[in-house]
Amino acid sequence: MVTKNLVDKIKKTMDAIGRPVNLMEVCGTHTVAIFRHGIRDIIPKNIRLLSGPGCPVCVTPIKDVDAAIAISKQDNVILSTFGDMMRVPGSKQSLYHAHADGADIRVVYSPIDALNIASAQLEKKIVFFATGFETTSPSVAGTLIEGKRLGVDNFFIYSAHKTVPPALKALLDSDDVMVNGFILPGHVSTIIGSEPYKFIASDYRIPSVITGFDAEDILLGINMILDQIATGRAEVEIQYKKVVKEKGNQKAMSILNEYFESCDAQWRGLGIIPKSGLKLNERAKRWDVNSIYNIDVPDSREPKSCLCGQVLRGVKLPTDCVLFGKNCTPEHPVGACMVSTEGSCAAFYRYSPRGYRGYNG
Amino acid sequence: MDKILLSHGSGGTMMHQLIKEYFVPQFSLKSLDDSAVLEGINGGKIAFTTDSYVVSPIFFPGGNIGELAVNGTVNDLSMVGARPLYITAGLILEEGFSIEDLKTILSSMSAAAEYSGIKIVAGDTKVVDKGKADGIFINTSGIGIIEEGIDISPSKVTPGDKVILSGPIGNHGISIIAERNGISFNPPILSDTAPLNSLVNDMLKTTKEIHAMRDPTRGGLATSLKEIAIASRTCITIRENSIPVPEGVKGACELLGFDPLYVANEGILIAIVKADMAELLINTMKKHPLGGNACVIGDVKEDPSEMVLLKTSIGGTRIIEMLSGDQLPRIC
Repeated sequence: MVTKNLVDKIKKTMDAIGRPVNLMEVCGTHTVAIFRHGIRDIIPKNIRLLSGPGCPVCVTPIKDVDAAIAISKQDNVILSTFGDMMRVPGSKQSLYHAHADGADIRVVYSPIDALNIASAQLEKKIVFFATGFETTSPSVAGTLIEGKRLGVDNFFIYSAHKTVPPALKALLDSDDVMVNGFILPGHVSTIIGSEPYKFIASDYRIPSVITGFDAEDILLGINMILDQIATGRAEVEIQYKKVVKEKGNQKAMSILNEYFESCDAQWRGLGIIPKSGLKLNERAKRWDVNSIYNIDVPDSREPKSCLCGQVLRGVKLPTDCVLFGKNCTPEHPVGACMVSTEGSCAAFYRYSPRGYRGYNG
Repeated sequence: MDKILLSHGSGGTMMHQLIKEYFVPQFSLKSLDDSAVLEGINGGKIAFTTDSYVVSPIFFPGGNIGELAVNGTVNDLSMVGARPLYITAGLILEEGFSIEDLKTILSSMSAAAEYSGIKIVAGDTKVVDKGKADGIFINTSGIGIIEEGIDISPSKVTPGDKVILSGPIGNHGISIIAERNGISFNPPILSDTAPLNSLVNDMLKTTKEIHAMRDPTRGGLATSLKEIAIASRTCITIRENSIPVPEGVKGACELLGFDPLYVANEGILIAIVKADMAELLINTMKKHPLGGNACVIGDVKEDPSEMVLLKTSIGGTRIIEMLSGDQLPRIC
């Protein structure tokens, strides 16, 4: 009933707006939630939902995957990683293939698990392949603090961490992106709060709403964005108030800042974005895997015909790609967007495959 | 494909491709159901199946590898409507494995056999060097008799049939993942490992109009339904609101980024039945300890063929595919 009322409201607001709108859900968890709840089915067809660059697996460049594989093949090394990274194709193979070749690669659910492996296997070097946004990076910093307390000195980090706001800025600065409103990530914003997004409203005059993940949350978030459009406002609002505060989680941010500092970073599909990555700072040098290995992997190109880059910017839909569902499937992914459970191509493939229901965005 | 990857063993699309491409051409597989149905042996129909158990950890909340190995094969036989009679057990032990653990596992195999009324009648033991196995692997094979008039196979599924689920989903997979990663839940989530033969027996006494059955193990409810839809060339529509997901499983799935529809079960079944028999069957099932939560979760349609559709709780529609790769945790 609540849902029906919300959908009615959305329809009314769309009538008031009187033209189609493009909304981008930045976060991969939203992409999946939108499919899982079947939200596209019940909202007006002139709301186009685009997936953004918010799946950490998808935006990790091939070079980082190649580097992680190179590290896993060093003597006496255990590489630990989040599970989603296992199947991401590098230039020659994935971590899964490296594992099948005999590399000691362990899937962990938290960086603390990786630290525990290090304390249990002192004769080995344990390297954690640190990927993810602000949701995961503070826990990596926290793990280093714990590692220091325990005096573990065989634990290292390969940091491929990224931060969300600079990527949104890069997106807005590119010519071909047409977004009328952002559904901002709930989890990331729990850590960073709403302030880092203020530029979206002040500099670009685009409405955005930090949104939760239930069907009702998402419908409410959509309606809040539409309401801003209808009334000519551009603000950063919070729908997901039960967990997201304007100032974020300052304790987590200060833990993060203890050991990490921002750096320029390469994003799959988006190129190098200034100040959009996190690297270990001077205080954390001893944890940096670059301090023990000179990992030099060549730059590599995106696979031919793969549209991941444009999909990540919301310029193309997964179904626009010639590889989609044919040469590129979750079993044999070409691009990273098909790998992660939260990647937009994988979500399209899984929940709305091969054009059934004539999905057109 | 030049090498076997772990995801070839996940029960989803990669395993199906492997079986279709490499196994089917070499073996005499008449169907890819849970058991082979053999006719013309002494006049009657016999069900025959085999399954290997490599679960890690070998002891998990609610059970261990031993009872799982017995129950799993009993269930595979039951899913084609057979009355399981005898099973064999092949054990591969790693050098250094604890005799105490072995005793515990064997005694729970014995208890599970007694509970389900079958006998373990032959066995084999091999020991491999340390590091060449992970403690203990068990293979069980089993045979059972299919009584006259019983013909359960996805090819019998017809539009109009109802889809029955015998109980809540996700308990086994989550209990294993939790144990593997040192996550504890309060109250604990226990594996649902159980022999389904007595429940199936009660169901078949009520009606023989059961068209297909599956115990949704690896790949979960979603993968099993998709297998039935493909084999029967029908469309299966299920309703999210009707599928019982325990609160603990729901919470754990949110935490780990899993979809409960894809989490393994070891003690529930899906039955596709003639529509006018559904209510009667549910009544029978509800009287059985393993069917207390039995309910209709959906029905069978003609189109779109070979598809599974889920009506979401807010009225949207979502397509259900087989599990692809492993169910991996999210990282943001």
